[in-house]
Amino acid sequence: MSEEQIKNSWTEHSRSLEKEFDARIARDEKIEPKDWMPEKYRQTHIRQMSQHAHSEIVGMLPEGNWITRAPSLRRKVALLAKVQDEAGHGLYLYSATETLGISRDEMYEQLHTGKAKYSSIFNYPTLTWADMGAIGWLVDGAAIINQVPLCNTSYGPYARAMIRVCKEESFHQRQGYEIMMKLANGTPEQKEMAQDALNRWWWPSLMMLGPTDDKSVHTAQSMKWKLKRKTNDELRQQFIDQTVPQADLIGLTIPDPDLKWNEERGSYDFGEIDWDEFWQVVKGHGPMNKARMKARVDAWERGEWVRNAAMAHAEKKANRKQKQAV
Amino acid sequence: MSTKNWPLWEIFVRSKNGLEHRHCGSLHASDAEMALENARDVYTRRNEGVSIWVVESKHITASNPENNGELFEPAQDKVYRHPTFYDLPDEVKHM
Repeated sequence: MSEEQIKNSWTEHSRSLEKEFDARIARDEKIEPKDWMPEKYRQTHIRQMSQHAHSEIVGMLPEGNWITRAPSLRRKVALLAKVQDEAGHGLYLYSATETLGISRDEMYEQLHTGKAKYSSIFNYPTLTWADMGAIGWLVDGAAIINQVPLCNTSYGPYARAMIRVCKEESFHQRQGYEIMMKLANGTPEQKEMAQDALNRWWWPSLMMLGPTDDKSVHTAQSMKWKLKRKTNDELRQQFIDQTVPQADLIGLTIPDPDLKWNEERGSYDFGEIDWDEFWQVVKGHGPMNKARMKARVDAWERGEWVRNAAMAHAEKKANRKQKQAV
Repeated sequence: MSTKNWPLWEIFVRSKNGLEHRHCGSLHASDAEMALENARDVYTRRNEGVSIWVVESKHITASNPENNGELFEPAQDKVYRHPTFYDLPDEVKHM
């Protein structure tokens, strides 16, 4: 066979593998780590899953600030447990991503150098205790809407990690709403604090569900691979429709003058989202981008001697055991 | 001092006595003892287990999906391994 023929038969071979691969996903079969997969599938999953993991890890930072300032022991243990869950979720997702052949260190490197992104919402500051309520209620609420469809995604390790994450996440949203409810029913100052937090977190939460469908570049491919089951606009509408009555119930006002019930659609119409702000924050110009990355990198660098010491200790112990055996 | 990365461990959790240990994910730790402690925090925060196994990932040998044909297909045409293969009259009870 000539070089040309070999090349052609190889292309044909991978094309038929890819066809079979797409058919498996269409039949709702799962893809497992050692299965053949198109390079693009692998890369897309590494990108999305690692960014998801990074978001969990960076997501601890805005809340960590308030653990020592929680207003009661009840609130403190709940917030601690929530932040610990987020560390856990980051770890489930990192280990699931490692099954695709990228190392943990490479992923950290990508986060710390800014090559990999994380959810932009964490680049906003947490100014008052009510922000803990708004984050749990709105940010975790939007995250759940994003995440539930992923429990059925095509890549087995990702789907399994997401099932665990989703199971644990619902307490996060409930604890947030409870904080808001308590403040909204409190003194006028407390209610104002809750309203202020809602005002600041509402629009960034809507942005969390991603660019509008006409601007979203990955939607079609992600739908095919079941990385996505609904479009960004559908998810956003679902979030708004479920959240507005929750705000009404505790007497808080959604900061959108254009928000109104559309009888015909059976959904809320809502105002224009400031996408310039979204892209500014994505590009690193949000209020907290630098502080978040600095906190993350500092923690990693300051922990290096601990990681090295643990490894040295493990090696010493293993050597001693070996000597005793001889 | 050169940095050595913590190895990867596979974690298996028995949810209650009477059930088998089941793979639930992996994590990094410097040694087996730390892997157990980390597994407790990462995988059993809500009473998911009564026993944990940790195995360093490099010690696991896995079959290759490319060989699934020769490994698993031969079992497909051996219907005589299943009770329904055998024709018995309806009058036979408890069999």
